[in-house]
Amino acid sequence: MDKIFDFAQTGALLKVDFVIAAIVAAAVLGLLAGVLGPLIVSRNMVFAVHGTSELALTGGAAALLLGWDIGGGALAGSIVAALVLGLLSRKNSDYDSVIGVVLSFGLGVGVLMLWLYRGRASNKFGLLTGQIVGQDFASIALLVGCVVGVFAVLAVIYRPLLFASVDPEVARARGVPTKALALVFAVMVGVATALSVRTIGSLLVLALMVTPAAAACRVTASPLRVTLLAVLFAEVSAIGGIILSLAPGAPVSAFVTTISFLIYVVCWLISRSRRLTRA
Amino acid sequence: MTIDPGSRTVAASTSDAVTLRGARLSYGDRVLWDGLDLDIRPGEFIAVLGPNGSGKTSLLRVLLGLQQLSAGTVSVAGVAPGKGNSHIGYIPQQRALEPTLALRGRDLVGLGFDGHRWGLGIADRRARAARVDEVLADVGATGFADRSVGLLSGGEQQRLRVAQALVNDPRVLLCDEPLLSLDLANQAAVSSLIDARRRAANTAVLFVTHEINPILPLVDRILYLVDGRFRVGTPEEVMTSATLTALYGTTVEVVRVRGQIHVIGAHSDLCEDAPHHHGEH
Repeated sequence: MDKIFDFAQTGALLKVDFVIAAIVAAAVLGLLAGVLGPLIVSRNMVFAVHGTSELALTGGAAALLLGWDIGGGALAGSIVAALVLGLLSRKNSDYDSVIGVVLSFGLGVGVLMLWLYRGRASNKFGLLTGQIVGQDFASIALLVGCVVGVFAVLAVIYRPLLFASVDPEVARARGVPTKALALVFAVMVGVATALSVRTIGSLLVLALMVTPAAAACRVTASPLRVTLLAVLFAEVSAIGGIILSLAPGAPVSAFVTTISFLIYVVCWLISRSRRLTRA
Repeated sequence: MTIDPGSRTVAASTSDAVTLRGARLSYGDRVLWDGLDLDIRPGEFIAVLGPNGSGKTSLLRVLLGLQQLSAGTVSVAGVAPGKGNSHIGYIPQQRALEPTLALRGRDLVGLGFDGHRWGLGIADRRARAARVDEVLADVGATGFADRSVGLLSGGEQQRLRVAQALVNDPRVLLCDEPLLSLDLANQAAVSSLIDARRRAANTAVLFVTHEINPILPLVDRILYLVDGRFRVGTPEEVMTSATLTALYGTTVEVVRVRGQIHVIGAHSDLCEDAPHHHGEH
């Protein structure tokens, strides 16, 4: 426990290049996750995000085994997953079970590939739970490029996408191409997930993509304020998680998930006390 | 009920709010309706009645441009239905919105104003906010417009749906069972909002419903669809034992009690099956 609060150690590590790179990466990811999260929550796509991140793991594991770039493999895996899941209708009663079928098979294949991989064990573990080493400024340039691309698309489709997410029936009646938007959004989520896998690991991507938005939805109903709060919560979780993980050298995801969970609990308590005072 | 091939070319040039000529809708060999000629004038209130599966909602889908006619022509507000005709307002059935949905009443109405447009719309936000405030006041929803829509009652949600449909000043209002699952007081409130709009702005109303009684005083004409057959006329013409017996092809009795109409059929599924009045949650 002393190791976690070893501020001298943390301070020294904060001057190291790869740590700075990891924090910049986390800040960019937090922004992306905070903006996409409220849409994921209102579209009931939480399980789909989990499925996408598991298939990012499969892609990453395949890349590791074949000696390719892990980030590229994760991106390929999650975009394939996003397209498959995006083509499914949310209305289908078997939506969740198809996700379950696809993700468990993909995870199984990923486990097989990790077992076949004879390289460094920390590479395997890093795919599952995230790691901060290995972020350099070149990979951050790629990250920023992807995020700018996602935001550029989002700037064009945000309004109809929000309409289709919160009020699909009337959106369709008003001529919003809800199916095409579902596909585009699924690909965006796939990109965001693949980018998050490297830092936070495929098992716990939900802590960054979903928990901050779910917490924000507890305390406000305004879509703008939900997005701003989700970004804030995601930034605190992502950057705070990295900083806390430095001194003990523990996996980042343990701290990111803990911080975002605590934020959620606080927001839940706030919404509960408000409802009690109103009643 | 006959199809006149010559009428197809003139369909789009009338001043009617909705024009259907020789319209046919079929799925495979199942014909929902055929040879449907209907002109809805601006300001007219038309109720669409019929049992489940008679194609009432499909008719709305055709007018919204979500469904192609199998034959015939259709125009709405002077043009062929395309996706996103801004002269059409649409009110769906009341369905409980999730309590955790991050959306306020004013956001729901705002999406009706410009949610279908690309871009972020930051430049138009003042005009949008002003118009949304105006229409919220019109339907008496100002008091709860800033609360989460999922926490509102069914009646409050349907008022917001009316505001959402009216925010663009539509020339045609399409309503898909908007009173379903509302209590009687809210049925009256919501239908009188719709009636006030068509009188004030000459908006044509096409109102799909299981139940004629809550809107009977407002209705100009009825389109009654049964199993591929249909009848158009005033309530006095259509809601008679003779007309409905002919439509259903079996003995149906229409009884008027204290200004209300009750349809009594040989089988319960023939008459207006009435899953309404579940009350509000």
